[in-house]
Amino acid sequence: MSSPHVLNQYPWWKYLLIGLIIFWGLIFALPNLFGEDPSVQISGARANIPIDTAFQSRVASVLDTEKLPHKRLELEADRLLIRFADSEQQLKAADLLKERLGRDYIVALNLASAAPSFLRALGLNPMYLGLDLRGGVHFLMQVDMAATVKQVEDSYVDEIRNQLRNEKVQYTSVGRMATGGVQVEFKDTAERDKGAQLLRKSLNNLQQSQTGELSLKLTLGEPEIKEKRDFALQQNITTLRNRVNELGVAEPIIQQQGSDRIVVQLPGVQDTARAKEILGATATLEFRLADEENDWNQAAANNRVPINSRLYKDRQGRPVLLQKRVMLTGDSIVDASSGLDQQSGGPAVFISLDGKGAKRMEDGTKDNIGKRMAVVFIENKTETKRVDGEVKKSAYTIEEVINVATIRDRLGRRFQITGLDSTREARDLALLLRAGALVSPIEIIEERTVGPSAGKENIAQGFRAAAISLLVIAAFMTWRYKTFGLIASAALVANVVLLIAALSLLQATLTLPGIAGIVLTMGMAVDANVLIYERIREELRNGNSPQAAIHAGFDRAFDTILDSNLTTLIAAIMLFGFGTGPIKGFAVTLSIGILTSMFTAVTGSRALVNLLYGGRKLQKLNV
Amino acid sequence: MWRFSLYNTNIDFLRWRKLAMIWSVAVLLIAIMALLVRGMNLGLDFTGGTVLEVQYPQPVEIPQIRDTLAKAGFPDAQTQHFGTSRDVLIRIPPHAEQSNAATLSNSILHALQAAEGGAGASLARAEFVGPQVGQELVEQGGLAALGALAGILIYVMFRFEWRLAVGTIAATVHDVLFTIGWFSLFQIEFDLTVLAAVLAVIGYSVNDTVVVLDRIRENFRKRRKGSAMEIMNLSINETLSRTIMTSFVTLLSVIVMYFFGGSVMRGFSIAMIIGIVVGTYSSIYIASATALYLGISREDLLPRAKETADDHP
Repeated sequence: MSSPHVLNQYPWWKYLLIGLIIFWGLIFALPNLFGEDPSVQISGARANIPIDTAFQSRVASVLDTEKLPHKRLELEADRLLIRFADSEQQLKAADLLKERLGRDYIVALNLASAAPSFLRALGLNPMYLGLDLRGGVHFLMQVDMAATVKQVEDSYVDEIRNQLRNEKVQYTSVGRMATGGVQVEFKDTAERDKGAQLLRKSLNNLQQSQTGELSLKLTLGEPEIKEKRDFALQQNITTLRNRVNELGVAEPIIQQQGSDRIVVQLPGVQDTARAKEILGATATLEFRLADEENDWNQAAANNRVPINSRLYKDRQGRPVLLQKRVMLTGDSIVDASSGLDQQSGGPAVFISLDGKGAKRMEDGTKDNIGKRMAVVFIENKTETKRVDGEVKKSAYTIEEVINVATIRDRLGRRFQITGLDSTREARDLALLLRAGALVSPIEIIEERTVGPSAGKENIAQGFRAAAISLLVIAAFMTWRYKTFGLIASAALVANVVLLIAALSLLQATLTLPGIAGIVLTMGMAVDANVLIYERIREELRNGNSPQAAIHAGFDRAFDTILDSNLTTLIAAIMLFGFGTGPIKGFAVTLSIGILTSMFTAVTGSRALVNLLYGGRKLQKLNV
Repeated sequence: MWRFSLYNTNIDFLRWRKLAMIWSVAVLLIAIMALLVRGMNLGLDFTGGTVLEVQYPQPVEIPQIRDTLAKAGFPDAQTQHFGTSRDVLIRIPPHAEQSNAATLSNSILHALQAAEGGAGASLARAEFVGPQVGQELVEQGGLAALGALAGILIYVMFRFEWRLAVGTIAATVHDVLFTIGWFSLFQIEFDLTVLAAVLAVIGYSVNDTVVVLDRIRENFRKRRKGSAMEIMNLSINETLSRTIMTSFVTLLSVIVMYFFGGSVMRGFSIAMIIGIVVGTYSSIYIASATALYLGISREDLLPRAKETADDHP
């Protein structure tokens, strides 16, 4: 047991350590004091577009000639940042720059830390504000995996048909089964055996099973399905990322969630309608040769479609008869841009293909010059309905011939589509094509949009609540526990500083419920002090000396504080595991707050008490 | 001065334990009845659907907006003012036929802007939750609450003794039922933030209870005389000042949040306020009374051999 005169004194290094922690907390929390500037961030759309001082002066002169006030331009590694005094100027400038700079640059809205450059040079950033505080859109999207598998099976149907035909195996039908798998019907058992052997060799990843005397069923293996699903998800994420770049968002979050979902967060996006149009629709193209041998109208009227053709409709609803064979699909497209056709002056989409696509396009068109080729625009949509309380989902496809044009020449790597209604349509089509073809239908299953002003209001209300709460608690504690109450209040302020520092350091997302978590931990941090002080009072009433009472108070209350904080931490961790978006923010601030409050309320206030009272002769405690 | 009256109290709390039990059982029956009969007024997060907050540059009339929405094909939209007469809150239940709800918020906003006097209408907040997401959240939320309860039960059993653990869980379940029963009875909207508050109430309620239990354990070990009931009463009295003080301080911060935190945090604050108030009552009554009914005695809490070493000097 320790003797009374060394009671309540820390060794010097403990004070130093606590002081250092608070000091670093202050430094890390500092950037939050300066707020953020509305800004516009410009980067190159491709890697070879330079963002240099020449570009900076070009942008500066655009802003100057249009008399758009701005705070300053900052040239960073591969982007140019322009700061503005308010968001109105920011929006105006962004619109203007988008128009002037064209497609070579990505112009995005951003909030840039207004902290002095030496803080930013140290890599210190303010807390990362969630969408509910800064405004923006949050989407949760679901990839239709059933459709993905179906697409894979469809491609196998084509493949199998080709191989059987090439090897002259006689079959009566090849088709996808409604329950999954591909079914092949042969002419006789000899052909069946021949076919089975051929496919076993060439498509050894498919599992074969005999479903009838003349039929063979081929199914995808579980690993392959998983691989295709992962691939579909990754491709969707990549495509979404490209599309988000088109939209111009500074710090987008595009992340996988679970096995078939994607979270997209677009801070600062104002035009949510346009964002949804671009993100939500999935479109692809198919190039098919026209059926030149049969009469289109007649086929439609009699509903008699030749075996090697398919009947489509164009935008005016007129029948179009196309060959069943797809010459080229949209995933061969590497770039597409809209512009004006130099000959007709009408809107046009210029398309570039990859090597494989170019080869197929050449092969497909070289013998068909003078014939017609159609572009089929395929839109995949999914809808979820609630029928009699049950959730039902249905996917549907809209196929439309958007263009039928005569092949003027052997087409290769670059060519153009004309015959579009408007420049806007050309632009949108080019945009969707450029972002790449989405392989799987995707559905928005959750959306949360917060307007920028509502975000500001949320911040203001959140911080006002936190500030008032801090004041009220400090006032109450000082009134009830006098000097010790002041110490608790100081510890409380230190707790808030450390909490903010931890959030800034971790760059954890601060949400409105997150601020509620901060407010709640303030109440709970003081809880620990109340426990200690009540215990000290009790010890004093029991006739203990002030020093012994302080010692016993801190010592004995600690177990209780640990128990009570741990149980809350368990609940907070459960919340984190369950949490979506804002709720996760609550769990994060609550958990960190519990940890920092243990430090400040127990160790921090103990250090202050020791400094004030430690090693002194006390008659009376002001508690 | 009232602050002194909290010390050296000698209230025979547990004498009233029967009455408290009857009261609690009655209240919980009402809560369960309310849940069964009225159900929860589940928010958008759980039901799915669409909520829009639209801001107008000038005050607008609700009937006029209702008209516009009905004409635009949303006859079942609920419309109300929200905060000021320039802010309108529109709720649209999950539709069976109009299901492509992700585009819904745009079409509604366009309809409102096209209507007379709606030119400057702007979207402050829009939320759409698909039906499948809502169902998942209901399941996950229930699981999270159960997980938190189980985790805490295990912790308390490990730290204390099973009778006290059961008492703690009884107190916590009491608080949770009371809180959601209140939300059901008064049909206050129950959304994700309220669920977060309920989980925080679970943590907080245990926090409060554990302090009383700690003292009960300490006194059982320290005092050789007195019945279990006497020692529990003494412990409750000794910790009374602390129990009320900490609840009061936390309550202060939550009340501040209720008044200044804005509309989004209102449901959260209500749940916390209720949870803290009943949590204080339940940590005094439910936890100890349950342990008492389960027949707790001094022997159950005497330190085992290995624990004597770190017992307080």
